[in-house]
Amino acid sequence: MRRREFIKVSSLLSATAATAPTFLLGGCAAKPLPGTGNVTATPTICDMCFWKCAGHVYKEDGELWKITGNDDDLHSGGRLCTRGTGGPGAYLDPDRLKTPLLRVSVDGRQTFQPVSWDQALRFIASKMQVIADTHGPERMLMLNHGAGSSHFRHLLRAYGSNCHAEPAFAQCRGPRDVGFRLTFGESASSPERTDMENSRCIVLLGSHIGENLHNGQVQTLAEALNKGVTLITVDPRFSVPAGKSKYWLPIKPGTDMALLLSWMNVLIEEGLCDTDYLEHYAIGFEQVAEHVRNYTPEWVYLETGIKPDVIRETAREMAKAAPATVVHPGRHAVWYGDDTQRSRAIAMLNALLGSWNRKGGFYIPEKIDLPSYPLPDYPEPKYRVSDAYPGKWPFAGQGVTNGVIDASVGEDAFFKGWLVYGTNLPQTIPAVEEQLKAAVDSLDLVVVVETMPSEMTGYADVILPECTYLERYDDIRNSGERSPSLALRMPAFEPKYDSKPGWWIAKRLGHRLGLDDYFPWEDYSEKLDWQLKQVGSSLDEMQKIGVKNFPRKTPMYFREGERVRFRTPSRKIELYSQQLADKGFDPMPVYTPPDPVPKGYYRLNYGRMPAHTFGKTTNNPLLFELSPENQLWVNPLVASEWGIRSGDYVRLGSPKGVVSNKIRVRVTERIGPDSVFMAHGFGHKSKRLRLTAGVGADDASLMSNIKIDPIMGGTGMRANFVTFVKERPAGAAT
Amino acid sequence: MTRYAMVIDTKTCIGCGDCVVACKTENKVPEGLNRDWVVEATNGTYPNLTTEFRSERCNHCSNPTCVTLCPTGASHLWNDTNIVLVDADKCTGCKACIAACPYDARLVMHPEGYIDKCTFCHHRVEKGLDPACVSSCPTKCMYFGSLDDPNSEVSQLLKTRNYKVLSPETGNEPNVYYLV
Repeated sequence: MRRREFIKVSSLLSATAATAPTFLLGGCAAKPLPGTGNVTATPTICDMCFWKCAGHVYKEDGELWKITGNDDDLHSGGRLCTRGTGGPGAYLDPDRLKTPLLRVSVDGRQTFQPVSWDQALRFIASKMQVIADTHGPERMLMLNHGAGSSHFRHLLRAYGSNCHAEPAFAQCRGPRDVGFRLTFGESASSPERTDMENSRCIVLLGSHIGENLHNGQVQTLAEALNKGVTLITVDPRFSVPAGKSKYWLPIKPGTDMALLLSWMNVLIEEGLCDTDYLEHYAIGFEQVAEHVRNYTPEWVYLETGIKPDVIRETAREMAKAAPATVVHPGRHAVWYGDDTQRSRAIAMLNALLGSWNRKGGFYIPEKIDLPSYPLPDYPEPKYRVSDAYPGKWPFAGQGVTNGVIDASVGEDAFFKGWLVYGTNLPQTIPAVEEQLKAAVDSLDLVVVVETMPSEMTGYADVILPECTYLERYDDIRNSGERSPSLALRMPAFEPKYDSKPGWWIAKRLGHRLGLDDYFPWEDYSEKLDWQLKQVGSSLDEMQKIGVKNFPRKTPMYFREGERVRFRTPSRKIELYSQQLADKGFDPMPVYTPPDPVPKGYYRLNYGRMPAHTFGKTTNNPLLFELSPENQLWVNPLVASEWGIRSGDYVRLGSPKGVVSNKIRVRVTERIGPDSVFMAHGFGHKSKRLRLTAGVGADDASLMSNIKIDPIMGGTGMRANFVTFVKERPAGAAT
Repeated sequence: MTRYAMVIDTKTCIGCGDCVVACKTENKVPEGLNRDWVVEATNGTYPNLTTEFRSERCNHCSNPTCVTLCPTGASHLWNDTNIVLVDADKCTGCKACIAACPYDARLVMHPEGYIDKCTFCHHRVEKGLDPACVSSCPTKCMYFGSLDDPNSEVSQLLKTRNYKVLSPETGNEPNVYYLV
């Protein structure tokens, strides 16, 4: 058994990268020093992930040089992450979509034909008109991700549909936001409102901050570490934060709920709760005390594998630091189908510690009251998105992707047309491919707006190439933060090829649908300038500074003894949830043991790697060079049993017979013998993504056991098992 | 002579590779080549483990064997500092410096064939800026400054924290320090 791993990451990777096309960053002659030419800087908001850090795009002698953080920006603290720094690769990628493409039949075979914007938009508008006339505009659905969505949401609202869904809800944050809203009346927000820089104790449950590079989260966690925070990390894998922790709890996968309930048991049994806070702000404490009585550390040890004295000691650490304790809400929360309830348990634990809206716990975000541009009212839609799946998931509060896809299948399907913006559904929703094919077979229109030829573009009738974030205006960034701030994204370059900004596409399509009144601007900058002038700034000013911070008008935390009306039915923190009880759900979280691992199988654990945002960035030449493929983490005992070594390529099989693409093995002690782990976002099938196509394996395609959260519709993905398939079976993918 | 040092805190480094990409864009390093890299070292058996991440590069040694062994004088010290640079015009690509470097920090620039390496971003240092890797690091685990100034952040960190250097036995006296 190897006791020491030594991996020289970038030298190991550069061999693969040497085969890539050579176009990056100039030749090899002895060049003048960087920055000695004519240098300009243009403000931007990064679009490499959803964190929306503000920065500057530097050009030297007209050529893209680098992108760095804006020092005034609270999201980034003036420092972009690996992906943000790699942003030039998004602009320079030669595989970008270059022109509108229309699905046509040539000699009985379907193919995409380059067409003019005029042709593409005429085609879409006529189909949308037919859908509106025949079925009603609400039958047009938007599936979206990212900052540019707003242009197309606006277009569809004007057209008459408010039906939309994003994987960011039912495949990611949904259960967390619903669980916190049920408890506190508010969500954990994005960026998360954790006050980690002031925390004295931080608890992470399966959240591997540092492997995900949510910039502000990484920075505030590092700041807390520098100040000597007590970090408690619960993860079956020795994640990056586990390695920085005072306590690493290598929990048996799927038993987090038992641990949370046991922590509550200890806090209550030992009298460590913030009783004053609870008396002021919460209802249901007695019910909770009764409810968690049986979740003793001794009992929970048998489920979780975490020793009773460790459960007690960590609970005492949390209480000692409280209220400057954050039990982190996490972000990707769709695990086992009881995820809203687990998020409730996290919220409740924070409530017992009195950390919600207290210094070192959570802060109250504040944003600018930015007026919207004066436009006609939207038509009142007859249907809402939830009408597509009546009676299901009562607390969803927004569109459920898996629900709307099901409601797009068949002759009598609810939805008749899709506009897909910036989301790659085949990789985003687990095991969705068959249903996706059935849906697009049924739909009258599928439009995909994208910068890259993702797998989703292969399902489209029409593909519209959007230019990258470095070539366009989008809406002003106005996210809740420690202090209110606005940030500008503006073009540093003219759009490459025949790509266009989202706002331009929406306006032109609106024109063809007779919706000109909703798009009165010639250029989107006019709209932004009007909005900025309402709050004492202007486009001119923002083009110079990029970020404008404003003073807070309200306190950042609850004041001592402050009377607070929470946005829940009782106006209190709801430890006991009457709302849930009324709809037939458990009013307090209950632990259910996870499905046992079938013999010969391993739990499929998945997560992030710092160089990539899911599959969105894997073809970015700069980031591909840093991290070209995902690796399968395998415990040495398992590796020896299967006779596999680091560097071998293997395939994984699911119980339903799905076989993965090949993936490189990394034998490591950082994972236990019951699981394997891979980063999500690889195994692309789109051959037009020339760097990343066929590289690494896709976790989502291996998932066959999806646990739907009955409260909000999330697709729990952690109850999946895989085994090794040593030989390539006939008919398997490459 | 000014002695510049880089101090990297392994307690907060997460191995994200931002330093690698920031160096690449700042210095316009050609595709396939890197002047810095990240090493991960894990010790122990599950679940008794430690992991250390290190961002590595040229150590800009106080006793730089690469400079001593360079036959053409291409490898040289910049402006009376310990920053080792390569003059591409004088470099013949003989690779003596690659053999002389204990840290494998030098790379051959294809296709011209001259040798390249980390410069501590001396073009930024002379403007009073930190090297690109240091100023991009999201965990702020990297520090840069002069060891001649006893009050500099790097001097203070080395006074108050435990640290190590890589391969001290070579006698090269490296100037990249790792806080442990």
